[in-house]
Amino acid sequence: MEKYWQQEEETMSRELIQKIQSERLRALVQRVYENVPYYKQKMIDKGVEPGDIVTVADISKLPFTTKQDLRDTYPFGLFAKPADEIVRIHASSGTTGKQTIVGYTKNDIKVWADLVARSLSCAGADKNSTVQVAYGYGLFTGGLGLHYGTEALGATVIPVSAGNTSRQIQMMMDLGSTHIACTPSYALYLAETIMKENVDTSKLKLRAGIFGAEPWTENMRNEIEHRLNLKAYDIYGLSEIMGPGVSCGCGYNNGLHIWEDHFIPEIIDPDTGETLPAGTKGELIFTTITKEGLPLIRYRTKDISALDYDACGCGRTMARMSKVTGRTDDMLIIRGVNVFPSQVESVILEFDSVEPHYQLIVDRVDNLDTLSVEVEMTTEIFSDEIRLLEKFESSIKKRIEAVLGISANVKLVEPLTITRSEGKAKRVIDRREIK
Amino acid sequence: MLINQISIFLGNTPGRLATVAEVLAENNVDIRALCIADTTDFGILRIIVDNTDLAFEKLKEKGFAVNITSVITVSMSDKPGSMANCLTVLKDAGVAIEYLYAFTGRKKERAFIVIKADNNEKAIESLKNRDISVIKSLEEI
Repeated sequence: MEKYWQQEEETMSRELIQKIQSERLRALVQRVYENVPYYKQKMIDKGVEPGDIVTVADISKLPFTTKQDLRDTYPFGLFAKPADEIVRIHASSGTTGKQTIVGYTKNDIKVWADLVARSLSCAGADKNSTVQVAYGYGLFTGGLGLHYGTEALGATVIPVSAGNTSRQIQMMMDLGSTHIACTPSYALYLAETIMKENVDTSKLKLRAGIFGAEPWTENMRNEIEHRLNLKAYDIYGLSEIMGPGVSCGCGYNNGLHIWEDHFIPEIIDPDTGETLPAGTKGELIFTTITKEGLPLIRYRTKDISALDYDACGCGRTMARMSKVTGRTDDMLIIRGVNVFPSQVESVILEFDSVEPHYQLIVDRVDNLDTLSVEVEMTTEIFSDEIRLLEKFESSIKKRIEAVLGISANVKLVEPLTITRSEGKAKRVIDRREIK
Repeated sequence: MLINQISIFLGNTPGRLATVAEVLAENNVDIRALCIADTTDFGILRIIVDNTDLAFEKLKEKGFAVNITSVITVSMSDKPGSMANCLTVLKDAGVAIEYLYAFTGRKKERAFIVIKADNNEKAIESLKNRDISVIKSLEEI
C-alpha cells in the first residue's frame, strides 16, 4: 500500500515549505495585483505593494478577504483568469442572500484532485481501493471533489451521491466498497439502517470513512468506528479555498494535515485581526498560493481552530489544524447545510401577524442533527381549532424546507415566552456537544 | 342561540393551566364548563364562564393568546340515548362537528353538550326542527 500520494511534497522540511511558500506568495501577490482590480484597490487602501512581500513572514501586511468581498464582487469579480480559462464553477451551500460562486482553471482541478488523493492516502486508500462517494454531486464541492481525487489516486470511484440509503448499502455489499465519503451524521444513519435492515455485515468490506462538511465530536468518531467497523478520518475544506481536501487527518488522529505547499494557514484573533502563535485557538484563515481561477488572500473562514507545526508520526511534515470546534459568526452547520438564523427569520416574517421573536434549537438526536423552530403564538394567529394551528405550523415548516433545504420542526409557543434581550438577541440554542 | 366560549393557547410547560385558573379565581369568574384539547406541542383550553368579557380581558392582560368562539349548547335529559338522538339529527343534516364536550349543569337530570359545528346555523336549524333544545343563555344551565 502506498503511504503517500506525493511523498516529496508531503514530507519536505519546514525550511523547504517556507521557501516554497515565500516564492509562491510573491508570485500570487503580483498576479492578483495585476489581474484583480478589487485586490489591487484593497492593497492600495492598506498601503502595501507587491514589492513589500518578500517572505511568508510578510503575509500579515496583506489585507483580509471575507465572504462579503465575494458577495460584493459577485459573480466573477475576484476571478484572476478570463472566462476561457475557467473550466468549472461551484457554489457555496445555502447562505444568506446570494450564494458565492467559485471558479477553477484546468490546473486548479488537477491540483484539487491531487490534494484529495493525498487526503485519501492519509485515510489508507490506494489504487486498489473502492471509494463510495455519498456526498452530494452538483454545485456543492463535496461530491465532485472526492470523485476527481479518487480517480487521480487510481482507485475505483462509485459516484452514488447523497441519499437513497438502501441503494448505498446494496452497492457497498455488491461492489465491495472499502472507503466511504460522506458527512459523519450520514455515516451514523447508514449504520442504523444497516442494523435495521439486518444486513449481514460480514459481507461489508468497508475499512475507512472520510467524513467532513459538518462539525463532529470524538464521541461521534468512536461511535461511527464501532458501528461501521471502520476507521474514521476527518476531511476539511470550503469551496472558497478549494473544496474538500484543504486538509485531512491521518491514522495518528492528532489534527488535520494542511497541504501547505498550496495553502498558507494562519490563526488570527477574530476581533483584532492580530496573528496568533501556534497552539493558540482563533479564527483560521487561508491564503491560496497556487490557485489560478479564484486566488484568495488571507480568507477568513470563520472556523475556530489552532495550528501545530510539529512533524507527525505518519511522516508528513505539513502543519496540522485541530478539529474545528466552532464558528466566529452565527452560521450553523446542520446536517452539512449552512444555516444562518437570519434566513429562518425572513421565512417567519413572510407570515402575517407573526411576532419577530423566534428561537432555533439545534440538537443531535441519535447522532442526527435536528432543528426546531419556536414561534410565538399571537391573538391574531390563534385559532380555536387544532387543525388550523397544525396547518399553520406545517406551512412554516414547508417554507423553511424550501428556503433552507433542511427539515425543521416548527413549534408554537405562548406569547412573550421567548426571551427578549437588550442587546444582540440569542436566537440559537445549540445543544450539540461538539468538542 | 349561540354561547360565547373562551379559548386559551397553552404552551406545553408545567403550571400554565394553574395560572389560568388563578387569574379566573382572582377575578371571581365562575367556570361553568371546560375542555382541554392537547397535541404534542401545545394545548387549547376551552371554557364557558359566567363573565366572558372580564375573563377574556384579564387573561389577555396576563399575556395569553385568547379568543372568543361561538358554540352551540344543547340541553337534554340525562339518560341513555339523548346524545345519540342529537347527533343523529346533525348527521342527517350533513353537519360536521369540529369538536364537542359534555357537562352536567345545576339543573337536575339535565345534561349539556357543547358543539362547534362546521356550520353552526345549519346545525341549530336542524336541531330546532326536531325539537331538541338549544340554550340561549347561561341561566338555562
